[in-house]
Amino acid sequence: MKWDEFFVTGEPMIYAAMVSIVLVSIAIPAGLTYFKKWGYLWNNWLTTVDHKKIGIMYIIAALLMLFRGGVDALLMRAQTAIPENGLLDGQHYNEIFTTHGIIMILFMAMPFIIGLMNVVVPLQIGARDVAFPRLNAISFWLFFFGAMLLNISFVIGGSPDAGWSAYFPLASLEFSPTVGNNYYSLALQIAGIGTLMTGINFLVTILKMRAPGMKLMKMPMFTWSILITSVIIIFAFPVLTVALALMMLDRQFGTQFFAMQNGGMDMLWANLFWVWGHPEVYIVILPAFGIYSEIIATFARKNLYGYKSMVYSMIAISLLSFLVWVHHFYTMGHGVMVNSVFSITTMAIAIPTGVKIFNWLFTLRRGKISFTTPMLYALAFIPIFTIGGVTGVMLAMASADYQYHNTMFLVAHFHYVLIPGTVFGVIAGFHYWFPKVFGFKLNERLGKWAFWFITISFNVTFFPLFILGLNGMTRRMYTYSASTGYGPLNMLSMVGAVGLTIGFILLVYNIYWSTRYEPREVTGDPWDARSLEWSTPSPLPEYNFAITPAVDELDAFWFAKKTNKSLFEGEYEPIHMPNNSGLPFIMGIAFFFFGFFMVFSWWIPAVVAGLVILGTMAYRTFEQDHGHYISVEEIERTENALRGENS
Amino acid sequence: MKRLFPVPHVIGFASSLLLSLIALVVIKFDLTFAMGMTILGVTALVQAGLQLFLFMHVSENEDKKTLFTNIGYALFVGLVTIFGTLFAMMWGYNMG
Ligand SMILES: [Cu+2]
Repeated sequence: MKWDEFFVTGEPMIYAAMVSIVLVSIAIPAGLTYFKKWGYLWNNWLTTVDHKKIGIMYIIAALLMLFRGGVDALLMRAQTAIPENGLLDGQHYNEIFTTHGIIMILFMAMPFIIGLMNVVVPLQIGARDVAFPRLNAISFWLFFFGAMLLNISFVIGGSPDAGWSAYFPLASLEFSPTVGNNYYSLALQIAGIGTLMTGINFLVTILKMRAPGMKLMKMPMFTWSILITSVIIIFAFPVLTVALALMMLDRQFGTQFFAMQNGGMDMLWANLFWVWGHPEVYIVILPAFGIYSEIIATFARKNLYGYKSMVYSMIAISLLSFLVWVHHFYTMGHGVMVNSVFSITTMAIAIPTGVKIFNWLFTLRRGKISFTTPMLYALAFIPIFTIGGVTGVMLAMASADYQYHNTMFLVAHFHYVLIPGTVFGVIAGFHYWFPKVFGFKLNERLGKWAFWFITISFNVTFFPLFILGLNGMTRRMYTYSASTGYGPLNMLSMVGAVGLTIGFILLVYNIYWSTRYEPREVTGDPWDARSLEWSTPSPLPEYNFAITPAVDELDAFWFAKKTNKSLFEGEYEPIHMPNNSGLPFIMGIAFFFFGFFMVFSWWIPAVVAGLVILGTMAYRTFEQDHGHYISVEEIERTENALRGENS
Repeated sequence: MKRLFPVPHVIGFASSLLLSLIALVVIKFDLTFAMGMTILGVTALVQAGLQLFLFMHVSENEDKKTLFTNIGYALFVGLVTIFGTLFAMMWGYNMG
């Protein structure tokens, strides 16, 4: 490593990024000092083990990363809007589409979903926190510092540039000699360990901590979707862990796992990547299915149609998701038998997915539908996702896939799956659960404006890509000549991207506006909803439920409201809660430095940082921490303040 | 004395060390490929069983069903990944 290669140089945009990073890193500590908020930040956020606060931090991080990934996307659209454009050079374009993919999937979609499940799942099952609160904080900080590690690659050393799937041999040291793909293997590894622990945490939480009487088949559908997602995380992420470790060994320690000679096999990387990668798609989509199920049932004022078939189709999807990965590389030279088998398994996934679509439609049938902002996203999801699904079946046919493999058709397809399937889902969930966490709704008028901008612009951006792909435009090409005729549709797509930007700005502006002007909400149940989280006061007390609810049916809260029954019988008792801890944050920082030193192969500092990590683990092993109790008087005081004297 | 000295765990620990040593035989001696893989496979299975039943008490939990469902799922994913990879990348590769 030569020092003149340490900082990325020669690009005005990168200098601008450096300046803004420096300014932000001065402004934040300065602001904290000026407003005397260091203690508040440390005590309330950095050391918290409260699932609600961890959830909020995940969602803030996800919104920031949405901004970063969105700027990447705008730059790509701007570069390809006109033929022979010189806005970005080839290398810069490669780095941008690579980081756009990594950030949007791993550092935007994942934390947004994990954030929502953190906030909602314990509330939906009547629990006071997750099973392992301390581990939950570690998960967050590993995700956060993994994301930061990837983000600094842009200005220090250079970003990964071999695509978000980092195929070998392109991603090998021979063909990608910069440290960019070292960042890939290490940042994803650190964040991935965090995600894996989240999966374990929520599996145990849902299996062990449900309120008395809540049988598995009486859980809200969102909790079901998270249970299944956790299982997929637990079994898919270890494959990524191994693949990334082998990648690191290949690039930095001279092994030959993915080499083209000496018994290595370059295509094994693609194979392992997609053994994780396809289930990963369902990790980000199933929770959104759960969110839609909650929202559609709430705003159609009906119970979810076909509850059991919803559960069984999710289980079927989770098993099938491990059987289809080869469809990502049909054209790599497999025999007819291999491609046929994986075509059939892939098309089979359309069956349980179709069952779910029909269940939502039947839930809507004859419902008293109220068109709130979250409901609009849920309704828009159904037709748009169906286009994504149908083009997915087209791509699943191996022989036809040879025609549009690696073209913009594929790019359009997966955006038609992931944007309605995940992004609309998390935005809908964000609007839906926002009043639970903060005690006021997001403004409906602004929310609907943002919705229409996002939905219409989404189609304007991505529908042209289907046609461009069928006309032969391949993905990841940074420019093209005017004679190809790709210009006009790319320009149309750029127009859509601008519209999407306006939509997201409106969405963020709505958060600001509503914080200042939206009337505060006192009932705790602003949508007249069905599941347990709405039986708590908003904003929530630390302990969620003063008395553990007793449940005997699905949508118990709804029926309790209808029959004027109380879910909370009994007296207040002291509540046992976990203590805050700074250890997860320190561990995250140690992991960040460990990763950074490893990226540059600075072994001695890396060993030191590694020892710090082991030290934090050893400290935890011998730490005595029995949590604390909240006294009955304090519970009474809090409950009276939150619910008013009359209840 | 019996309560202070966990006999089954010590035996378990010793035998898991022993199993690791037996696995080392494969690289220390000149064995045929089939012989080596057999030794590795058998020691790995015994080792996994030892960990699951002795140290992790899978069969002694009230949620036995959940735990075995999970192990079943793990086996499913593991076997699909291994044999699916062999199928896609070797057996079924470029056979026309
Ligand atoms: Cu796939």
